[in-house]
Amino acid sequence: MADHARALKAEPDSSNLPFIYREYGREQLMDALRRMHLIRQFEEGAEESYMRGLIHGTMHLSIGQEASAMGICMPLTVEDQITSTHRGHGHCIAKGAEVARMFAEFFGKTTGYCAGRGGSMHIADVTTGNLGANGIVGGGLPIAVGAALTAKRLKTGKVVVCFFGDGANNEGAFHESLNMASVWSLPVIFVCENNGYGMSTSTARSTAVANIADRAPAYGMPGVIVDGNVLSDVAEATHNAVQRARRGEGPTLIETKTYRYRGHSKSDRNRYRTKDEIEDWMTNRDPIARYEAQLQEFGIASPEQIEAVREAVRQEIAAGIEFAKDSPMPEISGLADNVYTEGA
Amino acid sequence: MPVEVILPKVDMDMSTGRISKWHVAEGQAVSQGELLFEIETDKAAMEIDSPATGVIRDIVGAEDVDIPVGQPVAWIYVEGEAYAPAPAGQAAESVISALVGEMPGRAEGDAVPPTVQASSARREIGGGAIRATPLARRLARERGLDLSAVRGSGPHGRIVRADVEGAAITPSSPSSPVVGNEPSVKLPISPLEGEMAGRPEGGAGAPSSDRTLSLFEPGSYEMAQHDAMRRTIARRLVEAKSTIPHFYLTAHCDIDALLRLRTDLNAAAPRRDGEPAWRLSVNDMVVKALAVALVKVPAANVSWTDEAMLRHRHVDVGVAVSIPGGLITPIVRRAEEKSLSAISNETKALAERARARALRPEEYRGGTTAVSNLGMFGVSEFAAIVNPPHATILAVGAGERRAVVDGDLIRAATMMTVTLSTDHRAVDGALAAELLAAFRETIEHPLGLVA
Amino acid sequence: MNAVPRELSYSQAIQEAMALAMEADERVILMGEDIGVYGGAFQVTGDLIERFGPDRVMDTPISELGGAGVAVGAAVTGLRPIFEFQFSDFAALAMEQIVNQAAKMRYMLGGAVSVPVVMRFPAGSGTGAAAQHSQSLEAWLGHVPGLKVIQPATPHDAKGMLLAAIEDPDPVMIFEHKLLYKMKGAVPEGRYTVPIGKAEVRRQGRDLTIVATSIMVHKSLEAAQMLAAEGIDVEVIDLRTVRPMDRETVIASVCKTSRLMCVYEAVKTLGIGAEVSAMVAESEAFDFLDAPIVRLGGAETPIPYNPDLEKATVPQVGDIVAAARALVTGAR
Repeated sequence: MADHARALKAEPDSSNLPFIYREYGREQLMDALRRMHLIRQFEEGAEESYMRGLIHGTMHLSIGQEASAMGICMPLTVEDQITSTHRGHGHCIAKGAEVARMFAEFFGKTTGYCAGRGGSMHIADVTTGNLGANGIVGGGLPIAVGAALTAKRLKTGKVVVCFFGDGANNEGAFHESLNMASVWSLPVIFVCENNGYGMSTSTARSTAVANIADRAPAYGMPGVIVDGNVLSDVAEATHNAVQRARRGEGPTLIETKTYRYRGHSKSDRNRYRTKDEIEDWMTNRDPIARYEAQLQEFGIASPEQIEAVREAVRQEIAAGIEFAKDSPMPEISGLADNVYTEGA
Repeated sequence: MPVEVILPKVDMDMSTGRISKWHVAEGQAVSQGELLFEIETDKAAMEIDSPATGVIRDIVGAEDVDIPVGQPVAWIYVEGEAYAPAPAGQAAESVISALVGEMPGRAEGDAVPPTVQASSARREIGGGAIRATPLARRLARERGLDLSAVRGSGPHGRIVRADVEGAAITPSSPSSPVVGNEPSVKLPISPLEGEMAGRPEGGAGAPSSDRTLSLFEPGSYEMAQHDAMRRTIARRLVEAKSTIPHFYLTAHCDIDALLRLRTDLNAAAPRRDGEPAWRLSVNDMVVKALAVALVKVPAANVSWTDEAMLRHRHVDVGVAVSIPGGLITPIVRRAEEKSLSAISNETKALAERARARALRPEEYRGGTTAVSNLGMFGVSEFAAIVNPPHATILAVGAGERRAVVDGDLIRAATMMTVTLSTDHRAVDGALAAELLAAFRETIEHPLGLVA
Repeated sequence: MNAVPRELSYSQAIQEAMALAMEADERVILMGEDIGVYGGAFQVTGDLIERFGPDRVMDTPISELGGAGVAVGAAVTGLRPIFEFQFSDFAALAMEQIVNQAAKMRYMLGGAVSVPVVMRFPAGSGTGAAAQHSQSLEAWLGHVPGLKVIQPATPHDAKGMLLAAIEDPDPVMIFEHKLLYKMKGAVPEGRYTVPIGKAEVRRQGRDLTIVATSIMVHKSLEAAQMLAAEGIDVEVIDLRTVRPMDRETVIASVCKTSRLMCVYEAVKTLGIGAEVSAMVAESEAFDFLDAPIVRLGGAETPIPYNPDLEKATVPQVGDIVAAARALVTGAR
């Protein structure tokens, strides 16, 4: 298999290959596969745990949007930062978080990324550059711009990716943030994961333009539309935006067209869309299935190797859930921890 | 292994759910994604789809019944899988109950979390309308002044500090134990560990400690702090008297036959190590007789709860024991099964441990009835207070030689007057009378005690 | 050392604080509308842009929500931004980023980040700016755990508390009364801080404790002088910090004087005076109270345009004198 891959890379006419197969080596490509499976199985595992009553509150699952999350994060380094949304489990994993600590957070345990205080909607992993999911639609946009301001001011060379959904693009914060990022030429990449619906309201019924990326020129930045379920397309657009940002040329707006298989949250009855629509995306446009097909087509991985990745992920998920179950609950006496910075 | 179909959590704050409608039947072939059943929530019906393709069996989730989240309601057998009936009682680990801790019940003497210090002065004195500032009240209390004797110069006759300072003060004697030199707000009596400051043991409506103190001249009394037992007794008695509707019946029992039996039984006691194996008292026989009576009238061997009547299978008799500083009621369990000697020896042992304050909680908590005997002090007759969770208590007076009418003749007999107090919610008049009659019958025909 | 202390105006004191902070730490930046060449709506930033350049004295578009959020994001990732709202009333536009993000990020992330942002709010009435430019909203933000809220009343405190705020790792909201900007007072040179969370007794007294904030501190001191002539001795406490409030100083004072009056400009109902009153009633000072607790606060109306009406909306010196007299003489 490795020979075949090398042969492919050596081909003079390899420009026919999609971007990621030219840009990344096998290890990175397989790592991307692994993370996409991690996202998918994490979401399923979280869903299962929720239905069994192990998880408090609610959750917003991103099953079906794996290529969008992974494709955006693939060109980023661990120092680059992201802000995320209430549908942020996939972003968190794509950026490098450990599923065990994510499960622990969802179970409200002290070993969770937020010590049990944040839960699903506020999941974060600052060490891998994830400044946090946000419970407020549009809440992360100005914060991402602020992080980019810091990067520029302190000359760290970091870029900041701001994830948001189609719903957020109608919040005032979206417009204010894109405007400021452009005026100050900041190294921030705005990524709108357009899955067609806010909560239950389609983009067609809520947004005055056909594509969110159509708004980019209004804020003086390029707008790029990609098929969010094709990993390579997403990664390529991101790669270009990252280069632009690092060159100091300012922000980009990327719109990934994708789809969520599950309802908005755990209380969603999916009244606003048809089963056929969901079926169609699941069967014909699944991002993981497409990536696996490509990997095999380009000789990067065999079906056995792909199955091995899936199996390894299964183990990691199962171990993560056990870790979470075994972890301790916080003490009530710690209720007021970290309201302020202690000892300040 | 068949695939479990669970009752899923579909809403925040959901710990149980109800299946409103099954769409498939036992043994039906189902496909993944197919609608299996609907769950009813506050908002609307939620459709639940099949997690697998196969045959659905053992539909144990009934419609219209509360089912805990996560519990399996059916199983799907995929093609080729052998069928094994769901083992009885196989519920998925009820994770909810594992996560939810038991709320600890409040044990006797448990501390109530302290509230913010409150001066008892906030309570209106005597239900009247004395207006005084907190400062004025405190100063008055410290000086032993009755505020009703002070004229208020503030609006609406409000008494202020200046008024108290200007009023004639009863000089407090140097030997007064009233903590007049204590500037803090604590009440001078009973530093109530854990109890709300200012709340007297008497409970709502009782005169405040202040008021009681103000009725006596400083120096004319000594203050003895309450210990935990005294406080507990006070609290429990107030609780009993104020929540249980008491009802009383009295009977006079002829105990000559009982006394003769006692003499005979005690004489028959074998000696072990020089000591007789038993020394029965009248009270031991009363305890057994009450147990026997409750076996005959089991509807009176109950405890009241708001939800249901607890019908006890055994008669556990509390025997009131006077100990220095108070009273405690150790329990003789399953008294109806025990012989008189067993009851007697057990009671003696319990009483000894009670006096040494060495009883374990399981030895005095619970019980289905109680006996209180003041006969040894010469009391003819009295009525006792029912101890929750009991529904009855028998108060036993002294055996006295009295003149009784027998047909047309008057003769002397040894009579013992007993009064049965009952919780009228659980044991009403007729039932109480039946019980008392059964008791008296047993006492007056005492061979039933040794059968 | 000079015998006569140097005097600065309140706004000059703030500017000096910001300049000192920016000189000492390149992470400190200023953000706000028209703070650059224009010098700020109340001329607080003045010529700082000439000293530190437009990269550190940043004019923002009119985007309070976005701008405050940028300040939050910058603070989380390593800068120390000071965000100026042109009027405190515009806090309403930015409440999302202040209350849902800045106040809560540290807590929600289990301590993984801190938010060392400072936000400055010119507040209060008396300039004829009417309802939407004259409010006192410190109670809104004081109600939110995770924020610190301060109201320095003197130039000395304005400089010292702002320097403390910049050093503070948590979000600090400063409410500056517009009518105080031109007030002069002694301000030491160089860096010094005045602690957040500590009230100051401005005048000692025996008969009545007045707890006041911001411009009401000065009116209360004026009233206290007039009352002294009548033999009424008033203790005036400058609360200085709304959250975390200095309970000890207030309680100790009321234990001494037995009477409490709160004086504040914000709408009386549900304002900080309500908190001070309840806090005292809950405390050991309750046993020393010899009169009802009284609050003098703003009227239950928006601030009107007409100058007489405008004055009538907030406590004036005469109101304080009358209320204090009634309390102490037992007429109330």
